[in-house]
Amino acid sequence: MTRAGGFFLAVGALTLPLWLQSPYHVHVAIMAGIFGVLAMSLNLLLGYTGQLSLGHAAFFGIGAYTSALLTLKLDWSFWPALAAAVALAGAAGLFIGRLALKLRGAYFVLVTISFAGVVSLVSINWIELTNGPLGLPGVPAPELGPWSLRTKTAYYYLVLAAVALSYVVCRRLVRSRIGRALVALRENEPLAESVGVDVTHYLVLATVVSAAMAGLGGSLYAHYTRFVSPEVFLFTYTVTMVIMVVAGGKGTLLGPVVGALLFTVLPEALREAMAWQWQLLAYGVLLIVLVYFLPRGIVPAVSAWRR
Amino acid sequence: MATLAVEDLAVEFGGVAALAGVSFEVRPGTITSLIGPNGAGKTTAFNAITGYLRPRRGRVTFNGEPLTGRRPCDVARRGVVRTFQKTSVFPALSVRDNVMIGLHLRGRAGIFSILAGRRAVADEEARLAREAAAIIAFVGLPHRRDEVASALPYGEQRLVELAVALAARPKVLLLDEPAAGMTASERQRLVDLVRRVREQDVTVFLVEHDMRLVMGVSDTVIVLNNGRVIAEGPPAAIQSHPEVIRAYLGSSGA
Repeated sequence: MTRAGGFFLAVGALTLPLWLQSPYHVHVAIMAGIFGVLAMSLNLLLGYTGQLSLGHAAFFGIGAYTSALLTLKLDWSFWPALAAAVALAGAAGLFIGRLALKLRGAYFVLVTISFAGVVSLVSINWIELTNGPLGLPGVPAPELGPWSLRTKTAYYYLVLAAVALSYVVCRRLVRSRIGRALVALRENEPLAESVGVDVTHYLVLATVVSAAMAGLGGSLYAHYTRFVSPEVFLFTYTVTMVIMVVAGGKGTLLGPVVGALLFTVLPEALREAMAWQWQLLAYGVLLIVLVYFLPRGIVPAVSAWRR
Repeated sequence: MATLAVEDLAVEFGGVAALAGVSFEVRPGTITSLIGPNGAGKTTAFNAITGYLRPRRGRVTFNGEPLTGRRPCDVARRGVVRTFQKTSVFPALSVRDNVMIGLHLRGRAGIFSILAGRRAVADEEARLAREAAAIIAFVGLPHRRDEVASALPYGEQRLVELAVALAARPKVLLLDEPAAGMTASERQRLVDLVRRVREQDVTVFLVEHDMRLVMGVSDTVIVLNNGRVIAEGPPAAIQSHPEVIRAYLGSSGA
């Protein structure tokens, strides 16, 4: 991205609530931001190490439940709860990373799916803690000093800050020797090991950072919708993240953000444009067309075209 | 400088002995070649030395320190770095990024200083980039620096491979058929490079089929046949060794 492009993007993102006419549009922007964080998190694994986590909703859900439970049951305020959500999701990532130490490809996928399944069952059945399928209503809105971030516009800026933070984390990581080690795993694992890259160590590290980032998204989601239920573990969330990463351009920094924006706005736009029977069909057709014509994703296609 | 010693190394694949207890030493500062007919166990020996295969028995030491049982990345960390028989690069990355991965052990930056965006991290990156440029120039590919490795002609990909291995600062460099698929002029360039690598106090251990290249460049040649060492010595002695001739020309006398 050029310097000017980045500048306009930043100004656009910062002034967005001024341009948007209705709170509903701000709501869509908030959801796009939350999914942006989630897609960037997934991209760290899928795009850079080449390993697909199909249980990513688990880290998202762990973040959401941690934050909700700490604020509801222990009266923690938002910020420490957010930090705990990030930490606990990261710890879950460490667990999964260690479990999947030697597993790659399909086996890595299976471990992550199973993990999400288990966590989801816990959230449904540990009723004393999670309130089961009824979920946890009344998650408090965050506060920043004397101000409540209850309004949509305020929350938008909170989410925007999280997106910016996640982007910087990804960018610094990817452009470092650690990022190169992750890509080396994706490109040629035996060769990477032959020059001393402890591939497994970096896969675990990437899983921890990725999971922590998903936990951040989960916490933001919980305090925005003010309600957490086992639905946060739905496979649909993971699939949506995968679509965003793949369509936007996996293994690029901006790809997941672009994908998140597109695939949050698209269903809403379709909802206004056509009857519900046609919405999913149109969504599917558009996805197929996109993947067919831009198999590497939007961002790589645009940068190839500009060159 | 340190000796790579192999003692009684044995590897089996499904009951068939690929290596039936071989012992040899690669003396420091030499170019030593491992030759033998197809299936003699040369690549198997490389794999067992560098941790890609677990031997059934025997041990490998480097400078007295055991390498057997260690993971490939730990073997590399001790200065024993290998290349692969089949061309092996990081295909989608530029030549420069290939070499930057090879420089992994030369960097120190940890996760926290990277995420904090410390100044030292940027300095280290700049230093590594300079080292990468020097290595790419050394193998003669400065004009290819920004090109994607998989798009290069075959012979140049083999040079990228060499550059990646050199970037890891090996004390012993194990080259598995580096000249395979190279043109005559590329081979000559490779021989020059291997000699220059040795001049930088890197011990070179070579598996190669091109006998002219092997005999021209090696100080010592070790001959494997059917998983055993059948001869060891300077090139001239090996060329006239009766058992070596028999192994290569057929075993009518056996």
